[in-house]
Amino acid sequence: MSSAALSVAKEAAAETTPPSSAAERGGAPLANVSLEINGRTYPLALDPRTTLLDALREHVGLTGTKKGCDHGQCGACTVLVDGRRVLSCLTLALMADGESVTTIEGLAGPDGALHPMQQAFIDKDAFQCGYCTPGQIMSAVACVEEGHANTDAEIREYMSGNLCRCAAYPNIVAAINQAKHELKRA
Amino acid sequence: MRPFIYHRATSDSAALQTVIGGAAPRDQPPTSARAQFIAGGTTMLDLMKLDVMRPSEVIDINRIAGLDQVEKTPDGLRLGALARMADVARHPLLADYPVIAQSLTLAASPQLRNMATLGGNVLQRTRCTYFRDPSWKACNKRDPGSGCAALDGFNRSHAVLGVSDHCIATYPGDFAQALIALDALVEIRRQGGERVLAFADLHRKPGDRPDIETALAPDELIAAFRVPAAPWTRRSLYLKIRDRQSYEFALASAAVALDLAGDGAVRQARIALGGVATVPWRAREAEAALVGHKVADDVAQRAAEIAFRDAQPRRRNAFKVELGRRALQRALLETASLEI
Repeated sequence: MSSAALSVAKEAAAETTPPSSAAERGGAPLANVSLEINGRTYPLALDPRTTLLDALREHVGLTGTKKGCDHGQCGACTVLVDGRRVLSCLTLALMADGESVTTIEGLAGPDGALHPMQQAFIDKDAFQCGYCTPGQIMSAVACVEEGHANTDAEIREYMSGNLCRCAAYPNIVAAINQAKHELKRA
Repeated sequence: MRPFIYHRATSDSAALQTVIGGAAPRDQPPTSARAQFIAGGTTMLDLMKLDVMRPSEVIDINRIAGLDQVEKTPDGLRLGALARMADVARHPLLADYPVIAQSLTLAASPQLRNMATLGGNVLQRTRCTYFRDPSWKACNKRDPGSGCAALDGFNRSHAVLGVSDHCIATYPGDFAQALIALDALVEIRRQGGERVLAFADLHRKPGDRPDIETALAPDELIAAFRVPAAPWTRRSLYLKIRDRQSYEFALASAAVALDLAGDGAVRQARIALGGVATVPWRAREAEAALVGHKVADDVAQRAAEIAFRDAQPRRRNAFKVELGRRALQRALLETASLEI
């Protein structure tokens, strides 16, 4: 059965079956959700189980946001929702309905000019393998915005939710120190 | 993750109606009810991915208006259950309650604190690895009557206070220690009404039913916490000892609040312990032992010994008794010397 036919079948089932039997049926009806991502609106029909992370990567095609642990422990999936940094792996896409999501793809200017934090990560060599980097950068942007980048110790504390297995931490702190001055000037 | 139906509630009465419509049986603990409320989701989605929680209906309560307020009341402070940890921690009203702000700031990561709500935080589930991994058959909390793999297993992080032969899982939170120390109350909404409970009566020790963790019924919703104003709230702190400097659960923690007379003698003390007990743990006898004394080394040490007098360590967590004592001792000395 095609996925479209499957979703129609599931919706039909939802109309005739009491919702209490969703688990026994092996599926729940798709739910409509409208996600505003990097200024663009995406209407989606999703299995309610879909996390915001999977919606971004698998349904919208924005694969910049990374899946590390998928359990809220590593920070690789950090995005901004209504300007606040959150973990997209522990957010249901349906919970973000109508809210404004910013991912790593939304940081650069319309002309492709890098965000000062992206440039700082390059300038300070703040990554090795790069897998945690989108999450680090999103978290770092919020860290400065929140006013939690005043000292090295404060940066370390407020970046503690983003793990880097290559241990680029000293350079990440240096990058945030560089970018915070440019962001203040901006 | 197992399939579920998603509902979004925009009022507490709608949320309660939906959860009752999901026919949550009254004789089941809320943690195993078929219908579950979701707020921040930071515990629940994690446990749903691990197949530890298996709701078939999930009711999103994030859009219920008016439950996220932090307000000053004639009696003290009222903290809405849907307020986010990060927002409460930096709220100006918390300046008079440093132990609360510190317990929130020292928990989790900035991202998690932006997501997690106060109501969900106090209900967060244990980090016991046997509970979190269903490939272990024996877990009385997950599967009543199946046994406890932690008793003779890898129990370094487990509790030494409030334990039973059926469960030694540690209560993992920090904020709850501040609430129980400050004699907080819980406002609970239910269909057509409300009840108010002492925070100290919210959590249940495991006893022979570790699966029943709280006094809440499946069709009840925490609406707010009330923290009474008192002479000891300003002179208070939360000390957290952990394996890492940041972003880690407590091995031992202490919430302390003191009211001192002009000569430094303790008029009233409030003490709660975290990371060492199965529930948020108030150390009342240790509090009583401080009254009338200046907080010196020997006085703090005696209070700490009393607090852990009934500790029941297992093979790998015996270190927590000494660690817990020293954490409390240090917290008492630091609290007494605060400039306020």
